[in-house]
Amino acid sequence: MTAPTEPRTRPMREEFTDLVGAALDVDPRLAVVLAEISADRFTAAASRHPDRVINVGIREQALIGVAGGLALTGMRPVVHSIAPFLVERPFEQLKLDLNHQGVGAVLVSTGASYDYPAAGRTHMAPGDVALLDTLPDWTVHVPGHPREFAELLSAALLTDDLVYLRMSERTNAAPLPVGRRFRVVREGRGGVVLAVGPMLRPVLAATAELDVAVLYASTVRPFDAAGLRSAALAATPDVVLVEPYLRDTSTAAANAALADLPHRVLGLGVRRDAELRAYGTADEHEAAHGLDPAGLARSIRGFLATSGR
Amino acid sequence: MTTSTPAGTGLGHPELPALLARMSGDEKHSPAATSTLDVLWVLYDRVLDVDPAHADDPDRDRFLLSKGHGPMAYYAVLAANGFLDPAELDGWSSFDSRLGQHPDRLLVPGVEIGSGSLGHGLPLALGTALGLRARGRTRPRVVILVGDAELGEGSNHEAIAVAGRFGTGQLTAVVVDNASDSHGWPGGIAERFSREGWAAHSVDGRDHEALHRALTDTRPDQPLAVIARVEPKEFA
Repeated sequence: MTAPTEPRTRPMREEFTDLVGAALDVDPRLAVVLAEISADRFTAAASRHPDRVINVGIREQALIGVAGGLALTGMRPVVHSIAPFLVERPFEQLKLDLNHQGVGAVLVSTGASYDYPAAGRTHMAPGDVALLDTLPDWTVHVPGHPREFAELLSAALLTDDLVYLRMSERTNAAPLPVGRRFRVVREGRGGVVLAVGPMLRPVLAATAELDVAVLYASTVRPFDAAGLRSAALAATPDVVLVEPYLRDTSTAAANAALADLPHRVLGLGVRRDAELRAYGTADEHEAAHGLDPAGLARSIRGFLATSGR
Repeated sequence: MTTSTPAGTGLGHPELPALLARMSGDEKHSPAATSTLDVLWVLYDRVLDVDPAHADDPDRDRFLLSKGHGPMAYYAVLAANGFLDPAELDGWSSFDSRLGQHPDRLLVPGVEIGSGSLGHGLPLALGTALGLRARGRTRPRVVILVGDAELGEGSNHEAIAVAGRFGTGQLTAVVVDNASDSHGWPGGIAERFSREGWAAHSVDGRDHEALHRALTDTRPDQPLAVIARVEPKEFA
């Protein structure tokens, strides 16, 4: 007999393969489409469901096209690869083989913006959410904790919607309830900081001494305009968006949410003014983009100090 | 040449030029508009198990037009088969028409995929065939039509390799070859498919009997490619 122990928090990628492997056993509509990435993690599921675990090899256009065809027959495809090879390389397939055909899929990416920093620019996709923003009808989840991820994925498997789940190895200390509404994590009067997914941890550290409201989003599309607006009205309509992908990805959505108010928006995220040619660690990349607690504190304090209110 | 009039429309192969004329407005048609005409006719008349009354039947055969440009022949054949009212052909490509210069599956009855951008149909068709098999529907066929120039898109070759290796017998690719690819296919297009594990035939794309023979020569564990050779495209 061993004493019960707290279950360790498993990485999102482990949650992904276990959860989908189990779901294949009970949902005959479900199919997994892979382009080699993670195929080794699905070998057991593939032996049980050879027709529904489909590895097309290193062929990312076929990856999405096949998913679209599966959906046309009423299947629910789950499509997975590293973010640049899932969203950027076959982008026209997302536009035409999914959106234009009027069918859905669950896209689950790994790698996020800089989870594999030593691999360099080729394995980074900070523009993924901004790219999907050029298409209608996508639900975009950016979970900050593996348990949030598991809950969001389980729900996505049961719909026919277009869903993008952005896994990351960067996680917050504890999970928060998931939902379509931004969640008030901390009250404050001097402004509103929206932290998306794994950005909550550095945002909380950066704003510990500041009188600002902190909102949290694990779902960014659709954008909870009403939630942002009511938080801005309750505090001060000076809004900082902290996103773990391309800076200003949600700035237009925030401005639209506050269109009837005098307001200011500061977008923080992965730099878009220059390509960061560096390897190293994810922490170093986070700092280089100004997304570490010190960088965020500098930016947020500077923004609020120039309020002029 | 068959003279049957499917779906009780009274419109058969001899009426197709008149249906085309409702869209093009003249009696002569460019090869681009008619290169697919005979293949489409044979498919809908004698090969595919699909009709307007069963357009949503999960066990229907699927025809996917990947080469979405020049869809007049497609619309004409759909009209002859009762999917469209011939009167609708008159307003094609106007703002309010469901019939565009590239077909949209959400707008046009009987159209299985929206197409226009080249190279999307074959992967979609492969996924459709895999989806049918995964659902236990092993009877329906999935027939995809591409052009020889469209074959240049790498996405086709991704799907050709996967379908060949998977032995996807429910899938048939028809390549309408009007020699319009600028760089050609040394050894012939059929060779490209057979090297990847497909059964492949190259036939006269105007010969209805030859098309029918080739299109019905399916194998349970091998996808089928039919290269339909037609007159070379005239370049302006």
